[in-house]
Amino acid sequence: MAHTRVYVPRETSAVSVGADDVAIAIARQSKEKGTEIELIRNGSWGATWLEPLVEVEVDGQRIAYGNVTPADIESLFDSDFLAGGAHERRLGPTQEIEYLITQDRWTFFRVGLIDPLSVDSYTDHNGFKGLQKAFEIGSEAVVDAVHESGLRGRGGAGFPTGIKWRTVADTDADQKYITCNADEGDSGTFSDRMLMEGDPMCLIEGMIIAGFAVGASKGYVYLRAEYPLTHRIFLKAVELARDTGWLGKNIKDSGFDFDIEVHLGAGSYICGEETAMLESLEGKKGIVRYRPPLPAIEGLFGKPTVVNNVITLASVPNIINLGGERYAGFGQNRSKGTLAFQLAGNIKRGGLVEKAFGISLREMIEEYGGGTASGRPVKAVQVGGPLGAYVPAEQLDTPLDYEAFLDIGAMLGHGGIVVFDDLTNMAQQARFAMEFCAIESCGKCTPCRIGSVRGVEVIDKMIAGEDRDENYELLVDLCDTMEDASLCAMGGMTPYPVRSVLKYFAEDFASGTRGADE
Amino acid sequence: MSMTSNGYDSSVASEIIASFDAKPELLIQILHQFLERFTYISKDAIRQLASELNLSRAEVHGVVSFYHDFRTEPPGKHIVKICEAEACQAMGSRQLSEHAQSTLGVDMHQTKDDVTLEPVYCLGNCACSPAVMIDGHTYGRVDAKRFDELIGSMGGEK
Repeated sequence: MAHTRVYVPRETSAVSVGADDVAIAIARQSKEKGTEIELIRNGSWGATWLEPLVEVEVDGQRIAYGNVTPADIESLFDSDFLAGGAHERRLGPTQEIEYLITQDRWTFFRVGLIDPLSVDSYTDHNGFKGLQKAFEIGSEAVVDAVHESGLRGRGGAGFPTGIKWRTVADTDADQKYITCNADEGDSGTFSDRMLMEGDPMCLIEGMIIAGFAVGASKGYVYLRAEYPLTHRIFLKAVELARDTGWLGKNIKDSGFDFDIEVHLGAGSYICGEETAMLESLEGKKGIVRYRPPLPAIEGLFGKPTVVNNVITLASVPNIINLGGERYAGFGQNRSKGTLAFQLAGNIKRGGLVEKAFGISLREMIEEYGGGTASGRPVKAVQVGGPLGAYVPAEQLDTPLDYEAFLDIGAMLGHGGIVVFDDLTNMAQQARFAMEFCAIESCGKCTPCRIGSVRGVEVIDKMIAGEDRDENYELLVDLCDTMEDASLCAMGGMTPYPVRSVLKYFAEDFASGTRGADE
Repeated sequence: MSMTSNGYDSSVASEIIASFDAKPELLIQILHQFLERFTYISKDAIRQLASELNLSRAEVHGVVSFYHDFRTEPPGKHIVKICEAEACQAMGSRQLSEHAQSTLGVDMHQTKDDVTLEPVYCLGNCACSPAVMIDGHTYGRVDAKRFDELIGSMGGEK
């Protein structure tokens, strides 16, 4: 008789709430009971609020048990959970969990499903089909398909990926590079991490396709050091890909060479900015570069370089395999395809929700998220990381697409959605925006380096009730300067959250107290 | 004997540098290995890195001081990082940081009784806020009670 398959995620969030202990307890209990199981450490499906989410495969169907703790294991075995037995933790078949089945899983369709560190598991689920097709259709057609898909940079800037690739492909050079930005520093975002932990081969495949499309033989992944588990999993995946001939010289007899090197960041937020990332990849301080020249023309080590986010690259294999027009069929306006939204902060059902662009912020928070964790009313939602505006509750009906968010002075960024309830003092959040910029500024340009420090000071005066109207004017003026004169988005967009607080929550300056850290 | 009183060992350092082919563009990756081996970046380390990577000491110092991770003072036996970014703020990380500082009796960025306390801006565990990292392990849904339990179970081992 085949061993019963039991899935326990090896994914940072699941592990952070005890998944490793659960896996150990299951292995131990199974040994004691003399049952034969095959324990698979999958990625997380993204229903993070249910983690640790354990699954048992029964007659080809996976039965889920949610919020499992080590203390539950004995009773789970007693309830015959290996045969899908009834238990208070039992949720039913994974494929019937509403949170999951209503999503538009394009980039994340294998995450949770497969064993991330098995090439067989990957190829059993369409893995490397995109790459094989790329080799068949040739590099020109690959760039065309990406262009046709309407895919835009998922790191936050939203630049059309096809145009970027075309530029690099058309630039002559003896060496070109693919760089993957996995410096996922925005608070409220974790989709890069989940993809790399749950389906690392998909990123590897996307990078090889990118390399093939533009004529680059070398790829770098710049991964933040705050993700040690991701680092271990991804390094192992690279090794597996090399061992099975999917990375290295003459990949699967295609005549194409490509290899990947993984670099760790070192706790600097600004290194998520593409030119700072390139500097850091060269072993230097993460100081932002002037543009032009664009990285596509003169990037890493002065060579033409594709800089793409993890999700951008991981969306490509399916685009090549299924066709660009299929992907473009999702979404609306100039926001084509899907975005892996991340529900975070004060939310009842936090996790990852991949949906076509166009769903409203309210649907996302209420229908997927189930409202706030505290049960209190939503006061504000910060979308798109620390440089994103605080969207007030009255704007929750805004559709989640790039243009609609620009229209309300906000941005989608990397798809992070951080919910705050009505007990939040928004003046403190405005202060933090400036404080964070002061901590993380690379220091190259004055508006960002000095403006952020002055911003904190002015906000402190306003909170303390000192010349509030005068300081209000000063703060608006400072925001103008930072926005107009900063070199990159760090200083240029820090005013976004600050202005949104001034516009929608000005009364909080009157009721604010000084920073909790003072 | 190449070992100095602060635990720095120049021959081990040389081996680490050599394992990266002494490429200056790998300085940040080498510094990570130094942290793992020596727990912090000493002046001796900066001098040796500059010499063996053919960089100026100013260049190496510049990199070390730019990145938050490269501490230049010895940390405690345990390193406790509390996420203070927005998603965790929305779930009470400000109060958690206060709690940590008062129960551990140490301020942020300081070391006392074997424990170094630091803020971190996002551990990517934002659907399980507030999050903390203790000795390289990320924990989620950490309220004051769970924090105390985690600290209690750190024990002597590392």
